[in-house]
Amino acid sequence: MNTLMSSLDLQALREEFPLLGTEARGRIITYLDSAATTQKPYAVLREMQLYYQQSNANVHRGVYKLSQKATELYEGARDILAAFIHAPTREEVIFTKGCTEAVNLVANSLNVRGETVLLSQMEHHSNIVPWQLAGAKTVPIPINDQGEIDLDAYADLLKTGPKLVGVVAISNAIGTVNPIQKMAQMAHEAGALILVDGAQALAHQSVNVQEWDVDFLAMSAHKMYGPTGTGALWGRKALFDEMPPYQGGGDMIRTVAFEGSTYADIPNKFEAGTPNIAGVVGWAAAIAWLQAHDRDAIANHEAAVHRLLRERLAEVPGLRMIGNAAHQACIQSFVMDEAHPHDIATILDQQGICVRAGHHCCQPLMMRYKVPATVRASLGVYNTEQEIDRLVHGLQRVKEVFA
Amino acid sequence: MNDLYQEMIIEHARKPRNQGKLEEATHHSKGHNPLCGDEIELSLIVEGGVIRDVKFEGVGCAISQASASLMTEEILGKPVVDVLHLFESFHARMTQPNPDDSEDLGSLEAIVPVREYPMRVKCATMCWHALRDALERSHA
Repeated sequence: MNTLMSSLDLQALREEFPLLGTEARGRIITYLDSAATTQKPYAVLREMQLYYQQSNANVHRGVYKLSQKATELYEGARDILAAFIHAPTREEVIFTKGCTEAVNLVANSLNVRGETVLLSQMEHHSNIVPWQLAGAKTVPIPINDQGEIDLDAYADLLKTGPKLVGVVAISNAIGTVNPIQKMAQMAHEAGALILVDGAQALAHQSVNVQEWDVDFLAMSAHKMYGPTGTGALWGRKALFDEMPPYQGGGDMIRTVAFEGSTYADIPNKFEAGTPNIAGVVGWAAAIAWLQAHDRDAIANHEAAVHRLLRERLAEVPGLRMIGNAAHQACIQSFVMDEAHPHDIATILDQQGICVRAGHHCCQPLMMRYKVPATVRASLGVYNTEQEIDRLVHGLQRVKEVFA
Repeated sequence: MNDLYQEMIIEHARKPRNQGKLEEATHHSKGHNPLCGDEIELSLIVEGGVIRDVKFEGVGCAISQASASLMTEEILGKPVVDVLHLFESFHARMTQPNPDDSEDLGSLEAIVPVREYPMRVKCATMCWHALRDALERSHA
């Protein structure tokens, strides 16, 4: 039974997630891939369905009441997200189709051609490739064997005059929680901007862009119990005002003429076309759902299950954990002597256990650790001690098959 | 329980046959699965339309290594036309929804259960694609 100290009613909480009651390959599902995407509570699904049933209209356009309702929901979500990350003004929150598009927006609109962009070795491809496509010179900030950024090397690299630093708040592959506030201070002292990939962060830590004192934050809804296809970019208004639009289309203009067009102010300037209204509504519901729970209790629970996971993995002979940072979120990568990560993941799949195997869109990080791939177990608010038991039992099965 | 990781697969993955590189190769190709990081390098000696020798070097999961090992055993000494036919039969069995399973694929039957795991099919077929590339390049 659950021996972890927790003020969460875990059983009740799990019942809020319909998918957790389903089966995979004839067994009750054990979902350990929340870093890829979290499962969704009824509260989110219900709000999205209600939106389509009761408020569906295009936003910002119709003069009729229904369109006004849709607009209020959409713009209300902007208020909720802005408050959630402590943005100074709501206009600084730009909705995108995901974290990836948020980074691409900055890479495209901030002029980085020929400029140096420093990126940590643990960055996701989505915080590497957009900068390369935009013509920047991408330079890695090294990490140590534990998976922590080498701040001395970072200080030296800042002397080369980079235009921007890109860093992930929590590594999706190895779980490292990076010292964002410190890194932002160092970047600004060197005259560089800093963009934070917050894809994993919003679910696991409280984010305050003013305390962090960063310039841009890229976010994703589906990694914090919201729907896919929805994300956002927060950025400083002064920077946004100087940046040209990222995409052209409806909603982002002031006037259009064949001789030339003028553009709307933020946030509309960066939101061309009909947005993912239902997705944004679902995201607001996910934030409300998180806030309705005791976030400290969630954090404590996730940390306790992660601690247990590490203890149990450490007992498996021939298993090596990748990602051992002093400050680590509930994401754990590992490799085993006996079997390739893909074989491990398939044998776990045969037991209804969902883990990710691969490079986790972090090929430079895999190169850093000289492994082709890792197995990754990543936790959400709903994971239990029993599920860790099932995982470890599954790994024993891997050892039997490959004995 | 394990229809996928049968003894033959594990054994071939652990001790792959025909590993190495042929210095005198007449045909050569490389395969790479960027999703998994699996890699294979094939070298063959083809004389008079027959595969006289074949070796492979590679890194990857058990399925990819076992599949390559079984493939080299299966094609050694066979005419190229038969091997290309075997590619078609094997590929169909692995990827088509209702494949014709009347043809006996010999030891390759051990690989066929991978078809139930669509995300892993490429692991099993990568070596065969590399083989076809090597053989077809020579025909040109």
